[in-house]
Amino acid sequence: MKDRTFFWFILPTLSAMILFIALPIVSVFVQSLHIQHEQVLVVSESCGPFGCEETSAVDQEATRALREAQPLGKFNGLRTYINRSHLAFAEIAEEWRAADSLGTFLARVYNLPFYKALAFTLTYTAVVTPFVLALGLAVAVGVNSLPKLLKGPTIFVSLLPMIVTPLVGSLILFWMVDGDGVIGATLQRVFDDPSLSLKASPTLTWIMLMVYGIWHSLPFSFIVFYAGLQTVPKDTMEAAMIDGATTWQRLRFVTIPHLAPLATFVTLMQLMDNFRVFEPIISFQAQAHATSLSVVIFNDLRESGNPLYGSAGATSMMTIIGVAILLTPVLIRTWKAGRASAAKAH
Amino acid sequence: MFLKTFAITGAVAGLLGSAAFAADCGPEGQSIRILASDFPAIHALVDAAEANCGAQAAEFSRNHTTEARTIMNAALTPDPAEYTSVILANSTLTQLMNDDLVRPLNDLVEKYSANIKPNQLITIGGDVMAVAFMANSQHLFARTDILAEAGIDSVPATYDELLAAAEAIRAAGIMDHPLVMNMQTGWNLGETYNLIFLGHGGQFFEPGTAVPTVNSPEGIAALETLKALVAYAHPDYLTQASNETQGLWEAGQAALGLMWGSRGSAILDDEGSSPEVTENTVLAAAPSVEPGGIPGATLWWDGISIARNVSDAEAEATFAALVSGMTPDMVAANNDDAVWLLDGFTPGPAAAGVAATARGGAKPYPMIPQIGIMHNALGAELVDYLKGEETAEQALADVEAAYTTAAKEAGFLQ
Repeated sequence: MKDRTFFWFILPTLSAMILFIALPIVSVFVQSLHIQHEQVLVVSESCGPFGCEETSAVDQEATRALREAQPLGKFNGLRTYINRSHLAFAEIAEEWRAADSLGTFLARVYNLPFYKALAFTLTYTAVVTPFVLALGLAVAVGVNSLPKLLKGPTIFVSLLPMIVTPLVGSLILFWMVDGDGVIGATLQRVFDDPSLSLKASPTLTWIMLMVYGIWHSLPFSFIVFYAGLQTVPKDTMEAAMIDGATTWQRLRFVTIPHLAPLATFVTLMQLMDNFRVFEPIISFQAQAHATSLSVVIFNDLRESGNPLYGSAGATSMMTIIGVAILLTPVLIRTWKAGRASAAKAH
Repeated sequence: MFLKTFAITGAVAGLLGSAAFAADCGPEGQSIRILASDFPAIHALVDAAEANCGAQAAEFSRNHTTEARTIMNAALTPDPAEYTSVILANSTLTQLMNDDLVRPLNDLVEKYSANIKPNQLITIGGDVMAVAFMANSQHLFARTDILAEAGIDSVPATYDELLAAAEAIRAAGIMDHPLVMNMQTGWNLGETYNLIFLGHGGQFFEPGTAVPTVNSPEGIAALETLKALVAYAHPDYLTQASNETQGLWEAGQAALGLMWGSRGSAILDDEGSSPEVTENTVLAAAPSVEPGGIPGATLWWDGISIARNVSDAEAEATFAALVSGMTPDMVAANNDDAVWLLDGFTPGPAAAGVAATARGGAKPYPMIPQIGIMHNALGAELVDYLKGEETAEQALADVEAAYTTAAKEAGFLQ
């Protein structure tokens, strides 16, 4: 294709991507470099139904001129990125000097909000992604070998977790694991411990969130692998059977290599999705035991009354960087494999 | 009989008609747009305003949403603003004032003073910024039958009595977790801490500045009290807010509770619970540290405010309409929906807790510009202490560090 033709061909996609992806990211980045102007406090008396007291208020006159001159706020450079709510370099250096052992140092670092969120986010991604891949493949192979009559209904039922809205699905599960819910009460009976609570223990909460994550994402990988299974070449499969390969060997040496590109695709999607884990933490009310980068952003925008846009912007940028780092190994592998097969073709 | 009913209906209709006729609705043909939270008392007030002045306005629209707090600043920022009035509370007024989005009401209050009493006016630095119409507070709920069964004959008035009563109920084998509190991580946990902190005489900031002072002896004492209390709460307490605690109460699974007064009428009514629970539930003042001390509570009001970025005529029409709803008739028809600050209110059992808490000298929720940031830091950082992973000093030091970081970003600290 000529360069000129290629340019006109790609132009609509490119402009849409710039408009809807690149520009918003740039704007978030610019916002993350700014903080609010100084708020001048004036002491005043506040009175209401419950009496009067000394209080303070923002002197609007004093801050208005500043706001109009620099509507974005005060330029803060990358300092938001390294403050205590984010990378916390100063705090970590301080803890490193003060800690007497590596254990206490790590415990103190874990106490910082960003690292606490990162720890859960990474664990969640690392656990959920492989499970979704392996179980998705297992379910796909299983469904594929069912008699034709049962296939349709089984596929439909297997897709249910994805059809249910994530927020609703996790809320239902949240009520089921309650001490009075069907799962929670059964567990209490089985372990003969009336105070057993999935919501009160950090470990059990983490397990519950990950089990939910696997349950929710499984249909996606299942349906992708199932589609792939329909294209496994019959000739190769028959040749393997004639050569005396067992079912397991056929799966290992014919089916899985054939599905490898799909596995890369599912891995990429899952890494991105899982790194942004959000809904289950909110609907399970699990913030006491588990936070994620997305929850931190949500909190900055919602919970302190007047939103902290700079802080939320900085965490968003770091989420994007985190996803990019996670995806790099997969992308490099794909690129190398692509080059190798291209070389073979020549 | 028929005649009598007919006569009464006629009289009521006549009264309503004359009230509507008499209501002073300010400039005609204006657009009135109200943003408000979503609970019965607010519906009652806005309904009355619409009945009185809706016909005379060119537009009377209302948006009742539980998300009012999160959209109000964005909605009032453009000129003209999306809404002419926001019905708000202590903390949300601060949130709007921080961005200078509500207007002083001094002139309007003077002009439409018929239904307004001086104690309804929320003044800051001499300017009336809101007109309150109802009060709310968290306070003690108690089941007298269960207390009596455990050998306790009076409703606990101090934290020590509360703990002793909880222990007695547990020791008597009646309930393992007799206490319910709104302790959901985040805003609710922060608020419950605030109650106990103010009960201990704590101060959030150095007066007149944004420098935090929660890591104080009062702060540590408050945290220790809180931890002693949660030992009697359900193990899932960090996931429980008002809906969950009300549910536990109505299911008869709790005997002592620190809950919102506004839940009182819902708990005491004959829906969702058994007579055993409703008949023996007593609403009392929030507990204090010492007998007769300051109740551990924050007093809240709900009131009306008027947007800055709307025309003066719209502002006046909106104010007049809302104030026209603050009548004794409206209160009488919705008496148990709120602790009204208006004429015509007869305090019933559902209002007893809030009234006793206010009488005891409880502090209002602080109207300080940076309190939202502090509240958020408390809600996020105290969890580690309650889970037993940190000392009280460390948890409060974390609160101050988290607050300081956010307050610097918001421009309150340099």
